[in-house]
Amino acid sequence: MRLDIRIPVGLLFVVVGAVLTAFGVTSDSALYNRSLNINVNLWWGVVLLVFGVVMFALGHRSHRAAADTGASTSVAARKGASEQQ
Amino acid sequence: MLTAIDWIIMLVYLGFVLGIGVTLKRYMRTSTDFFLAGRSIPAWVCGLAFISANLGAQEVIGMAASGAKYGIATSHFYWIGAIPAMVFVGVFMMPFYYGSRARSVPEYLRLRFDEKTRAFNAISFATMTVFSSGISMYAMAKLIQTLHVFDGPVQRMHLPLSWVFHAGILVSAVVVLAYIFLGGLSSAIYNEVLQFFLIVAGFLPLVWLGLRNVGGWEGLKSKLSPDYTHAWLGMTNAHTTRMGVEWFGLAMGLGFVLSFGYWCTDFLVVQRAMAADSMSAARRTPLIAAFPKMLFPMLVILPGLIAIALPTQGVTSLAAGKGAAVVAPQGAGLIPVKLDPDTGGPARDKQGNVQLDYDLAIPNMLLHYFPTGILGLGLTALLASFMSGMAGNVTAFNTVWTYDIYQSYINRKATDQHYLWMGRMATVFGIGLSILAAYMANRFNNIMDMLQLVFAFVNAPLFATFLLGMFWKRTTGHGAFSGLLAGTLTAALHHGLTLPVGAGAGVKGGWLNQVVHIYPSEMAQNFWTAIFAWTACFLITILVSLMTRAPEPGKLKGLVYSLTERQPTAELPWYQRPGILALIVLGLVLLLNIIFM
Repeated sequence: MRLDIRIPVGLLFVVVGAVLTAFGVTSDSALYNRSLNINVNLWWGVVLLVFGVVMFALGHRSHRAAADTGASTSVAARKGASEQQ
Repeated sequence: MLTAIDWIIMLVYLGFVLGIGVTLKRYMRTSTDFFLAGRSIPAWVCGLAFISANLGAQEVIGMAASGAKYGIATSHFYWIGAIPAMVFVGVFMMPFYYGSRARSVPEYLRLRFDEKTRAFNAISFATMTVFSSGISMYAMAKLIQTLHVFDGPVQRMHLPLSWVFHAGILVSAVVVLAYIFLGGLSSAIYNEVLQFFLIVAGFLPLVWLGLRNVGGWEGLKSKLSPDYTHAWLGMTNAHTTRMGVEWFGLAMGLGFVLSFGYWCTDFLVVQRAMAADSMSAARRTPLIAAFPKMLFPMLVILPGLIAIALPTQGVTSLAAGKGAAVVAPQGAGLIPVKLDPDTGGPARDKQGNVQLDYDLAIPNMLLHYFPTGILGLGLTALLASFMSGMAGNVTAFNTVWTYDIYQSYINRKATDQHYLWMGRMATVFGIGLSILAAYMANRFNNIMDMLQLVFAFVNAPLFATFLLGMFWKRTTGHGAFSGLLAGTLTAALHHGLTLPVGAGAGVKGGWLNQVVHIYPSEMAQNFWTAIFAWTACFLITILVSLMTRAPEPGKLKGLVYSLTERQPTAELPWYQRPGILALIVLGLVLLLNIIFM
């Protein structure tokens, strides 16, 4: 499959992480009484953001590597497979 | 209580789920692309999908509920009830599933045995998946209703509150339908990986906050009685454990029969490994899955323990909602008293004890610790788990329906394009039937209990058939079929003659008007039903096989252990060799058992 799953996973967590971080920065600290006075939105948002960036970078890198070297061979393999069917 | 930020997170997630389906649509050219993801998925992706497909509603909600009820001993469902079987399927069985080029588990049964064994398995399995996904949908809609989180938008649209239930069913059905219809198994697997990460992202901070609040694992231990925090305490006798099961029933019933029956023969999980891009990747799939699986108790069982250890909340518990007018009996920790749907008062068992609604452990924990923002993430994780469980059933259903029922008995000689089309149609009517099942569960709770019981009877003996089929070349088709029938009948018979303590005759057992044994718990009865069914199937299969004509060895190549060439794994790096991975997994599980003994 040519879509590397790490790309959508990375993107999703970048977006969710960014939303949570931004909300964590701007939100009122009274909101965090229930979470033991820890700004979980901010901290967990940052963690997810970093995770998302790493996943995306890994996926993007191997995607590009595959595009550089394996493009011609994988097209040929695909063609062969469909002829067999 | 939900604000715009929570909705944004949920909508972002839904957007990605559908986006994956749309992106993958153009790769769906043949039926193999649709049903087997073109056998092109890397091992780690299959591995995460392998556990995610199993991580449905019943798992997340149910395991936290069991954690609150039985304590850390619930981990046995992972460490004994899953890991050894996952290792076994990867090391010993995957070579036959993947190597035989069968496209489904029922198809393997036809190659190895005969048409009738396949039909028996295909039909019972297809029916079961439809009902499981219906029950999953029902549980989700019910939960959304109980939490009152989606009441706002429904009221704003001037609809009656009963629409929360309908909307819950409709939204989950439409989303799952859309992404499977477009991208088939690939789409389901990709989304399962997404869901896996979301579930971890949503529950990890919950466990962290909860543990911090109660003073870590040591603090939790000091707040609860020892039988809550020790997995093996009192296991020598069924009456001295919270579960009411002794070590033998646990190891044989859960650890051997039920767990191997599920992880090694259920097409829902096996399908994920069959989509792998090579034999060695297929064998590694369940082994890779075993690593996160053995740590999942921290994520899903600990919240239940924390919920019960916290100081008992007043009647302001959010989930109690309107029923909170009844003040009298209190829950325990965050677990509220179960409400009787007929009277509106607290539900009581036969002895008049007030029952607790353990299923609300996870939802109440989310509402207790999460402020708006991350609450949206937590609820998204919950939704993700419901959807992955449902999608697993739907993809297994459309494959078994198309290959093992439609192509085998209805329309043998159609083009591949026609079967691809049929797969999409099967997705539509599979989900349609699930919706029907969800409403049936809502109206007649007993029918669902009965159906699940019947499936349990059919499933209990299954692993004996596979074990003999794969490792004893003398096993015949007649033997396998009569063994399965005998096992199913034995399960029914055992259930009809026994009862768990405190239950009346009926759906809980004892319906043969003669109770020969009373078990200390329902779980013990289930485990022993499985043990009896397995033994009957095992013995009858051997007996009938010996009386019928032996199968020709030439036809069994690649299907039976002694007639199949070993897969050379020596040229793989050590971390890709199934044998080495298996030893690491088993060693780690042993360590976990010692730590939490």
